[in-house]
Amino acid sequence: MSILSDSLPDAEDQCRQLADLIRPHLHRQPALIGIFSGGAWIAERLKELLGLPEDIGLIDVSFYRDDFAAKGLHPQVKPTVIPFDVEGRHLILVDDVLYTGRTTRAALNELFDYGRPASVSMAVLADRGGRELPIAATYCVWNVALGEGQSLVLGKQDDGQLAWRLENE
Amino acid sequence: MNNPQLNTNGELTHLMSIEGLPQAIITQILDTAASFMEVSARDVKKVPLLRGKSVFNLFFENSTRTRTTFEIAAKRLSADVINLDINKSSASKGETLLDTIDNLCAMHANLFVVRHASSGAPYLIAEHLQRIGRDDVHVVNAGDGRHAHPTQGLLDMYTIRHYKKGFTQLRVAIVGDILHSRVARSDIHALTTLGVPEVRAIGPETLLPKHLDKLGVHVFHDMDEGLKDCDVIIMLRLQNERMTGALLPSAGEYFRHYGLTPQKLALAKADAIVMHPGPMNRGVEIHSAVADGPQAVILPQVTFGIAVRMAVMSIVAGN
Amino acid sequence: MNIEIKNGRVIDPKNGVDRNTSLFIADGKIAALDDAPAGFVAEQIIDATGCVVCPGLIDLGARLNSIEAELAAAVAGGVTSVVVPPDADPPLDEPELADRLVHRAKEIAKARVLPLGALTLGLKGERLAELAGLKKAGCVAFSQANVPMIDTEALLRAMEYAATFGFAVWLQPQDYWLSRNGIAHEGEVASRLGLAGIPVAAESIAIATIVQLVRETGCRVHLTRLSSADGVALVKAASDEGLPVTCDIGVHHLLLTDNDIGYFNPHARFSPPLRTESDRQALSTAAASGLAAICSDHTPVGADEKLLPFGEAKAGATGLEVLLPLTLKWAEAAGVALPAALARITSAPAEVLGLQRGQLAVGAAADVCVFDPAAIWQLTPEALKSRGKNSPWTGYLLNGKVRKTLVGGRAVYTG
Repeated sequence: MSILSDSLPDAEDQCRQLADLIRPHLHRQPALIGIFSGGAWIAERLKELLGLPEDIGLIDVSFYRDDFAAKGLHPQVKPTVIPFDVEGRHLILVDDVLYTGRTTRAALNELFDYGRPASVSMAVLADRGGRELPIAATYCVWNVALGEGQSLVLGKQDDGQLAWRLENE
Repeated sequence: MNNPQLNTNGELTHLMSIEGLPQAIITQILDTAASFMEVSARDVKKVPLLRGKSVFNLFFENSTRTRTTFEIAAKRLSADVINLDINKSSASKGETLLDTIDNLCAMHANLFVVRHASSGAPYLIAEHLQRIGRDDVHVVNAGDGRHAHPTQGLLDMYTIRHYKKGFTQLRVAIVGDILHSRVARSDIHALTTLGVPEVRAIGPETLLPKHLDKLGVHVFHDMDEGLKDCDVIIMLRLQNERMTGALLPSAGEYFRHYGLTPQKLALAKADAIVMHPGPMNRGVEIHSAVADGPQAVILPQVTFGIAVRMAVMSIVAGN
Repeated sequence: MNIEIKNGRVIDPKNGVDRNTSLFIADGKIAALDDAPAGFVAEQIIDATGCVVCPGLIDLGARLNSIEAELAAAVAGGVTSVVVPPDADPPLDEPELADRLVHRAKEIAKARVLPLGALTLGLKGERLAELAGLKKAGCVAFSQANVPMIDTEALLRAMEYAATFGFAVWLQPQDYWLSRNGIAHEGEVASRLGLAGIPVAAESIAIATIVQLVRETGCRVHLTRLSSADGVALVKAASDEGLPVTCDIGVHHLLLTDNDIGYFNPHARFSPPLRTESDRQALSTAAASGLAAICSDHTPVGADEKLLPFGEAKAGATGLEVLLPLTLKWAEAAGVALPAALARITSAPAEVLGLQRGQLAVGAAADVCVFDPAAIWQLTPEALKSRGKNSPWTGYLLNGKVRKTLVGGRAVYTG
């Protein structure tokens, strides 16, 4: 675990590193599915960097979260769009930050309502630890520990470049 | 008087009427419905949002259609659905409305979908729930008397948005028995809240409520005039009972003046859409050629209705 | 008993009295004002400091479902005479029923009961009730309560018959056909809320019909519970013409409009319905000008019959204990001075009834109300003696609390 320094890493650069990790496994013809909204941006980058022909899937986990009773429905729900058949495919779920693992669990449940994939891998830019479920990233570029009350957020700048910022909860 | 549909955080906790709903909440419902459309297109048409929750369909007025769409919507949210068809006369011999509610709350009901013949019935229920401290139980109005049918109003708006993309440039005409129509009232409130610049009501004097202009509606008695350049035409059902009480002479005369025929439809814009809340009376308010024609979007309305009701139930149940 | 009520502001509208002075009562009658009569020794002294001392209120319309509770409520509200509509169950269409009612009221010995006899048997509007027999048993006039009389010929004959004996007929002007399906005023609010409407025409057509029948028969008619500007105008015209027509207005209609239905509040369901602000203002002017008396139209309704969807809820509100504070509330908003306001619920009702009551003249029956106009109290179910807790004012703070009520010189309520 690296302690967070004052300067945050270049997210675009990290996307290239993530693509490098995935490239050796392209023979399985994986399909990319990005989790809204940070994962969706990264999945788009990966599609270009890896030269994948297929449209990426976009998944909104709002309907599968485990905190509906406490928090209600998220005010901004986007439609999940999976433009390919899930059945028998090797899928790569893409997200920006892996933390408790609950979002991943929700995404898996949703994906399995579409069919039975051959396998599901997980690709993230950042793993901040703090897992509450037995979930791990298959491909990860950055292990980081955050301070109390801090969270890591991926944003898209005006010029379209992805960039990290730190927020206090 | 604070809006009984919203909780103290300004979130939607009951859906009783479109009137008084902030535009942001209407838009939220339509956007959420879009996501549920996608769910309904899959093989596994279920999401686990309301798993373990009990939805009680309390229908004091018969309606298999509406009740079925709510049932489908609730089941697609993984809720348990219980249907209670309470014939009004037997209810008056037995339990009061509020006693029924108390009993069902004791059976751990989470959401009531209520259709009632008396305008205002859902408000009575919502107020009672608040009084007994049950802010975890929610009410969705499936139609109260002549007052409101908010899910129909919302699905009508979803339909318009789907085909016309926006609201702010539209001319929308509502034709028929608006006096007795809760659908019409909900549509009118939704259209004006969403910024439709021209809302028209077309019908004979006997079927239009007084003071419609105060609701922001232009009244037309001449259907040819009223349909000119319209983008959306919403046809209302003419009920048989209207022929009594000197409101109308006959279905035939009504159809001649206010029925939507292909000739009348041609007066509207070429890409105008024709809507109807159903069930249709062919040959009374609408000609079969129009009902089955390319401009009618009546069946898609039904599909949208399930997604809209899923959206409404999941939003209120979470607040 | 000899009673002295001192230090109060004595207001007797009929006789133009409004001053701080003492009132003396002996043998159940007003004995003197200002100075004690010769040889008077007070056995009881009531200190009315800070209070108004006025004639006991006369309520032209109050339903007494459970007579003991309601008569207790009456005197708690300062009401010493209550006119009871004939629409109890069974309707008061037989002399024996009137006898029983009057007798029971005397036993309870709180407020005086002035029953209205049914004009027609069963209030069905077809056959005449025994008017003379009912009068003998104590009925002060004859009425259809709020059941419209559809058969105009029957109404004409009933009024002719009543005129024969000089009896007055009390009618609520509401055309049956125009009102039978309606539950609220036919206007903007009803249109928006999807409530079946009762147009103003239901009242004005009925008044026009009744006034014409008065012209033909010479029968004295009192129109109950006016609700509209048009209605008021028609009554004023009839009165100006010199016809024997009087009217009253329910106190709730002086303060509330159809806007108060809000989110289908069943406590805002009244018969006749609450109408618009301009109707309310015309009613207020009619009361202020002396054209109309004010009454409570007391209608106790159990929670089971009120906590229903608006269209199913029974119309009416509790009234006996709020008649005084609501009249004061109206008077303040309308700029009516206190003596004139009190006249609306004391001397004016007495005039309608043709009685010498409603005043504090020497020799008059000692029906007296002592109230504190500045006292504030909250309307809650517990605060009411009436079984009818149904009110659109529940939870509100009201001004005006009765401290003492005397009927025939006997204290029947101390608050």
